[in-house]
Amino acid sequence: MMSDTETRPSGETRRRPIVAVRDVSKRFSNGTLALSRMTLDVMPGEFISLLGPSGCGKSTALRIIAGLGDASSGAIDYPGSRVDVRGKPEAEIGFVFQEPTLMPWQTVFGNVHLPLRLKRIGKSEARERIMHVLETVGLEDFARAYPRELSGGMKMRVSIARALVTRPKLLLMDEPFGALDEITRQKLNDDVLRLWHEQDLTVVFVTHSVYEAAYLSSRIVVMGARPGRVVSDLPLDAPWPRVESFRTTDAYAALCRRVSDALQLAIHAPSAAA
Amino acid sequence: MSDYPALSGVAAPAEDDAGKFAAGQAGERDAAAAQAARIERSLKLTIPVAMLALTILVWQLYVEINKVPPYILPSPVAVATALWTDWGTLYPALLVTLKITVSALVLALIGGVGLAILLVQSRWIELALYPYAVILQVTPIVAIAPLILVYASSTQVALLICAFLVAFFPILSNMVQGLKSVDHNLLNLFELYGASRFQTLWLLKLPAAQPYFMAGLKIGGGLALIAAVVAEFAAGSAGAGSGLAFRLLEAQYRLNIPRLFAALLLLSATGVAIFGLTSLISWLALRRWHESAIKREN
Ligand SMILES: Nc1ncnc2c1ncn2[C@@H]1O[C@H](COP(=O)(O)OP(=O)(O)OP(=O)(O)O)[C@@H](O)[C@H]1O
Ligand SMILES: [Mg+2]
Repeated sequence: MMSDTETRPSGETRRRPIVAVRDVSKRFSNGTLALSRMTLDVMPGEFISLLGPSGCGKSTALRIIAGLGDASSGAIDYPGSRVDVRGKPEAEIGFVFQEPTLMPWQTVFGNVHLPLRLKRIGKSEARERIMHVLETVGLEDFARAYPRELSGGMKMRVSIARALVTRPKLLLMDEPFGALDEITRQKLNDDVLRLWHEQDLTVVFVTHSVYEAAYLSSRIVVMGARPGRVVSDLPLDAPWPRVESFRTTDAYAALCRRVSDALQLAIHAPSAAA
Repeated sequence: MSDYPALSGVAAPAEDDAGKFAAGQAGERDAAAAQAARIERSLKLTIPVAMLALTILVWQLYVEINKVPPYILPSPVAVATALWTDWGTLYPALLVTLKITVSALVLALIGGVGLAILLVQSRWIELALYPYAVILQVTPIVAIAPLILVYASSTQVALLICAFLVAFFPILSNMVQGLKSVDHNLLNLFELYGASRFQTLWLLKLPAAQPYFMAGLKIGGGLALIAAVVAEFAAGSAGAGSGLAFRLLEAQYRLNIPRLFAALLLLSATGVAIFGLTSLISWLALRRWHESAIKREN
């Protein structure tokens, strides 16, 4: 990996976006305006980190991007992929929710098996793929455990394994590593980066950690306080591949400072009129 | 509390003995805990049994000492004798009542679960059908039993319908509640992977509704027996196919109170058996994952 000097262009505009979010607003039935005219193009091959203050609508935005739930106004398009009758993309999307969202009556294996089962993938192939992703998240010994027997971080890793098992084109992750220790978090950071690199993945990654965002992303999108909208959009020009040593470079430190400043600005910026 | 030796008036051990003392204590404590668990387990069985034996003994003594006539309160021995001598009439009656109760419960399970699945398919179906289920439920069964007796082809069928109507609703309403109580993010997940309606029902909604179904089963099982008895009281017909409730009434008319108690005993035993069986089914289904069937461990 170290000798691999290929750089991935960031903010690429030659190709059509995978997801185009145009002027999307979302008002919940209780009157809360969670998103206000949010616009975001997710380009193929990008690694976008979504940053913003708590409650600004990041989770809502991620669900909208996945085609879950309808926007109150605006449009979501999937220019690159076909859509089914309901206007939902047929492309493989992996979603890691903010909560583990596991079925308590299924074992770890059963939970990870679910997406493959829904896609009617054969037993033996499924088995191989499940054991492989469980190994990736370090849970191969817990395949037969039930969710209640796992710790919070382990449940989250099951959820990540479930999102990866279909080998998605677009991976949406909502604060996936929040509940993990620093070492596991760094390992999974590197795993996600490796998958992104190897499988030509596109990732939208919600996080509260400026350092994580700076380490992972090819582009950082900062959202302002509720109602959520994009307040700054920073393409990162830091070199690839990023490995552990990147964390000690001056470039990384400068990057973190830039992102941190943008976040400060977003939190203190006057919120747009609804 | 023997766990805290310092509190029981014994002086704390010297500084350098403390470690050894604590280790010895831990070993003893493990053994003591195992011992306590064993005692608790045996007590769980012996306490209810002893209590029951005591009640029967007090009852027998009360009847004997006060010379209570058997047509007021028969002694346990008299009841047991009646059970033995009248077994020829009571046993077929028990079978009849059991048959009605079990078939009513099975029908109520099929109907309740089936209708619940139908109701959650669309709000319109629910709006159209749910009121009827509620009306049937809130109308006292004794009040409609005479009507059902008129319409039904035989008394047996009428009793079956009554027991069914009573057991049906708790199963239906629990099941509807269960099918609707699915984690919304899990629903999102199924939508994301393009799951069909059937897949969502089979892999998500039905398993998620299991604890609710089990609650409905336990309530419905008990109610089916009660309704079978109440309906038979209302029907009050004699004949070869009469159940325990009729035998009970008959014994009362003839002032054969020991036999009445024997019939009552059989009814109680049936109720207990239904409760035990439904509880066992529920435990078997939920023991791997649901909080209700799992001991808390911190
Ligand atoms: N189902 C809902 N009904 C009503 N309001 C909601 C609902 N879900 C979210 N909201 C509101 O929408 C806003 C955005 O919520 P969202 O979960 O997207 O925030 P977030 O940016 O993900 O926050 P966090 O970083 O804390 O996870 C919040 O103010 C919340 O109160
Ligand atoms: Mg969130």
